[in-house]
Amino acid sequence: MIRLGVPSKGRLMEQTFDWFAERGVRLSRAGSEREYAGRVEGAENVSLVLLSAGEIPRELRAGRIHLGVTGTDLIREKLAGWRSHVEELAPMGFGHADLILAVPACWSDCDDLDDLATIARDFRAEHGFRLRIATKYHRLVRAWLSDHEVADYQLVDSQGATEGTVANLTAEAIADITSSGETLRANHLKIIGADPILKSQATLLRSIAAGDEAAVRDFATRLGL
Amino acid sequence: MSKREKQAIGQQILTAFRAAGAEEVAPDLLLPAETLLDLYGEDIRARAYVTQDPIRGEMMLRPDFTVPVVQMHMENGAEPARYCYLGEVFRKQDHGERQPDHPRDNEYLQAGFELFARDPDADAEVFALFHDILSPLKLQASMGDMDLLMDAVRALPLSGARRAALLHHIWRPKRFARQLARFAAPPAPRNFAETPAIWTGMRSQAEMQARIDRLQADAGELPLAPQWVERLERLFSIEAPAPQALAELRQLASEIPDIHEAVDRLERNLANLARRGIDVDAVHFDASHGRHTMEYYDGMTFSFAAPGRLDWPPVASGGRYDALAAVLGQAQGRSIPAVGGIIRPGLVYELGGLA
Repeated sequence: MIRLGVPSKGRLMEQTFDWFAERGVRLSRAGSEREYAGRVEGAENVSLVLLSAGEIPRELRAGRIHLGVTGTDLIREKLAGWRSHVEELAPMGFGHADLILAVPACWSDCDDLDDLATIARDFRAEHGFRLRIATKYHRLVRAWLSDHEVADYQLVDSQGATEGTVANLTAEAIADITSSGETLRANHLKIIGADPILKSQATLLRSIAAGDEAAVRDFATRLGL
Repeated sequence: MSKREKQAIGQQILTAFRAAGAEEVAPDLLLPAETLLDLYGEDIRARAYVTQDPIRGEMMLRPDFTVPVVQMHMENGAEPARYCYLGEVFRKQDHGERQPDHPRDNEYLQAGFELFARDPDADAEVFALFHDILSPLKLQASMGDMDLLMDAVRALPLSGARRAALLHHIWRPKRFARQLARFAAPPAPRNFAETPAIWTGMRSQAEMQARIDRLQADAGELPLAPQWVERLERLFSIEAPAPQALAELRQLASEIPDIHEAVDRLERNLANLARRGIDVDAVHFDASHGRHTMEYYDGMTFSFAAPGRLDWPPVASGGRYDALAAVLGQAQGRSIPAVGGIIRPGLVYELGGLA
């Protein structure tokens, strides 16, 4: 039996269901809206596991599901050495979001990372501590800033309402996922740099640890992959 | 089994350190994270295990010994002082996209020696001590000098702000190179348009204005003459057996007179090492050696690497860290030059031990 892990609620679940439906496989929740069990029609030997999107990387790594749908951002953030654990079978064309770095829009002297590096250095000299960047994407942001040789900053953990940390004086900048940028503008922030840290979208992934590769590939072929 | 043998090798090294006059110290395994984070920045958070204590706050499993040993010395050490230690350090090995076939250890032994002294021979003393202990392993010794590079940067005909920026980024080669290129080109004027955005965050308008003023003043600077860039690049890329590197540096000192002092010091150090019976021709001098190490080294740096083991870290490494010692001594109003290093007994074991 191939276990397919799909986000358990919201738009991401609906779009995943649509994506599979277009490929001839009908996924649905069994029973009531509140029940996290699923039904699969149009494919044998496939069972649906409804999970929180954030848990799907861990379940793929452990091999408890053969296939999973989640954002590339979560895979890269949560799975160190991710290519050793999962194979990307298909980008699914929805759930687009960019992981970006944003600073106060009033900083008219800050357009890119070179500016930020200098501002961070000045800030540390002035305030006696490192410029704080609020995020929940610690590994991705740190690796990216390290590649760009930005020092003199520190990450502070923010699991929600990250855009508000600057006005609350608990951070000077933020790194977060954005799709439209509206929340950023509402919180008087602007994106810096030409390219985002990561362009993310919902992706169908195969677990390497789960095995049963031939059966999983058969199913992928049926989906037209 | 190998753990006990590695420990035994560590003890052997410790005995040699004690014979060199060092007092053994045993810093805590759990260290306050704040000091380490402030000194090393986010890099250390990526590599150290951080844990939360309800009373003591954020703590770190000892990622290295230098900071606690310096702190211990600043609190109650006499001068000069020699310390040695042996114990576990803990490092996360966060790999990139793919898990390596042979991941490095997350906990391993370090045996270290730290010397706090105003004696100009301290560099040679420490290097020679490590050289002697490791001599049965036939390792490749390398040496560099961050102060030499910093003196050369200080000698550039640049404004104070430009010099400070270059010195600050000397450990970050790409950023340094980009900045140098920018200073060598005619300034590109920038417009700092007023934005309608309301002010938010802790950085003040005055701080931003100070930076804008500095950038505008900088736009009036003359570009750095290309021969200075070329000299600096030549200096940074000197890499040769130590005596030959010394000759090349001498020659370069006629074009960058401010490095004379550092070159004299290198010459003294090499003569000192030769007097101690070390074949300095076998010591590889790499002017940029210290740029690839921890950011806190600001004088001589050294490493001993196992030939042919390209995926290994150095078996031993160390250097001079006067600025770090000064920062950590601030609370006590103390400052003393410091030089030290560590050996990894685990790698010595892999190479068959010292005997």
